[in-house]
Amino acid sequence: MKYLVLLVGDGEEAPWSSLSADEQAALMQKFGEFDAACTAREGVAILGGEALGGPEDATVMRTRAGSVTLTEGPYAEALEGLGGFYLVESPDLDTLVELLQALPRYDMQISPVLDMP
Amino acid sequence: MSPADHDAHRVLADVYRADWGRLLGGLIRRHGRPDLAEDALAEAFATASGSWPADGVPANPPGWLAHVASRRVLDALRHEATARAKAPLLAAAEAVLADGDGFPGADLLRGVAGQPTSPALPAAGRLPGADVDDRLPLLFMATHPALAPEVRPALALRFVLGVPTADIAALFLVPTATMAARLTRAKGRLRATGVAFTMPDPQVWPERVDDVARAIYLAFTAGYAPRAGEQVVRVAVAGEAVRLAALAAHLLPGQPVLDALTALLVLQHARRDARAGPDGDLVRLADQDRSTWHAGEIAAGLAILTRLTPGTGYAEELRLQALVAAFHDTAPTSGATDWAAIARTYARLEDLTGSPIVRLNRAIAVAEIAGPMAGLAILQAAADQLPGHHRVAVVRAELLRRDGDREGARAAYGHAVAACPDGPERRHLLARLASL
Repeated sequence: MKYLVLLVGDGEEAPWSSLSADEQAALMQKFGEFDAACTAREGVAILGGEALGGPEDATVMRTRAGSVTLTEGPYAEALEGLGGFYLVESPDLDTLVELLQALPRYDMQISPVLDMP
Repeated sequence: MSPADHDAHRVLADVYRADWGRLLGGLIRRHGRPDLAEDALAEAFATASGSWPADGVPANPPGWLAHVASRRVLDALRHEATARAKAPLLAAAEAVLADGDGFPGADLLRGVAGQPTSPALPAAGRLPGADVDDRLPLLFMATHPALAPEVRPALALRFVLGVPTADIAALFLVPTATMAARLTRAKGRLRATGVAFTMPDPQVWPERVDDVARAIYLAFTAGYAPRAGEQVVRVAVAGEAVRLAALAAHLLPGQPVLDALTALLVLQHARRDARAGPDGDLVRLADQDRSTWHAGEIAAGLAILTRLTPGTGYAEELRLQALVAAFHDTAPTSGATDWAAIARTYARLEDLTGSPIVRLNRAIAVAEIAGPMAGLAILQAAADQLPGHHRVAVVRAELLRRDGDREGARAAYGHAVAACPDGPERRHLLARLASL
């Protein structure tokens, strides 16, 4: 199965901008560890993943009656803290949850990707 | 019903009771689709009840059911793939199974629309040994943290024991259609989120075993919630929860939380026949006919309990509760109850949980040894934490009554009646008030 993992909140981690250079490096290392853990696990692959610009730079696009409007900011409050995402192939949710524990302790939303032919 | 009919149905009922969970587990292990597997198995049993009396009971009844149910899952998968191919928005050349008229399941061997056939199947070798009873991953699946805690007890009863949906609905006091919809949604969620049919990772093992115990305990207590409803059915389904606890403890030996749970449920369930009068009204522990308590079950519960040593966390909570049940079960008369031991046990339980309900129970025990005023003093702190809870008013009323304060008792009963939902417990309170 494919899963979209949204890193939606800092959780127990201090905000990135408040971290020292060493702390930032330690956090970055966790992303590397997650990557390595996924590579090592049979049936698991990271298909994509990026860090995202902050909510202040997000734009909501809506099309109503044929006209497009753009609005500043994220669509939902829940996504205000969205900092990045991964698209991961994993045999099941349990394996993914186990591997995601290598990442910083962010709050995450895990959504299965629908199997559309 | 002819003798052959009778035999066939008896065999079928035995297989249902003994093998439902294993059969369902086997289907999910093979096909990875909890949503389809359970319906398919129910249909296989329905088919058997029609064909066995006519054609004779097959040589291997569970094998026959597994085979028929498995074919049904494959049919459903094939049907899904065809429906998806026909849906105009989703149509894609590679998904059209033009040659889908081969043997059922031929499409699965190729993989439906290029996807892995069984997304929820664990990777080969993840089950620790081939000797794991399929009911065990089934139990962990039904109580998985990706499901809301409220639905886990219902799904565990349905999945592992095959308790009929109507009975589970009666247990939780909801219409059958509501419970059926909840179960369907839960099965759909298991499938959609990709919950694994496997033993949990050792790292999360303690929490997952606690989750199993919590779900079974909730199923049991639902049967004893004193509210209007089919009392007989509900107590019978609570008995299924006891069976599930014993099965879980048997499948996962050496887990204190499951042993403590089993001891607690067995010791409480042993008093079931004394809890309600002929008209369904509650009978207080003090007034129960102790000769109707099941002595054999009490002995079995005590045997489990006495093997347990003090522990931590939820296991210890359950063990202490089981101890309280044991002190009641072993008292030959209400007057001979060891209230000092019960008060001590509740004190430990209160230290562990900080629960105001436990404090309320401790107040009752302390009143029995040190008098109603001592109980009332302890009750006050619980009352502050449980504003408006009718049980606080009930206990206050009983203690004031024993202290000879009839006016105070009358007022407290009044508060309790006002806050108590309609049903046997409220009728019981009105009777107590009238007898002042």
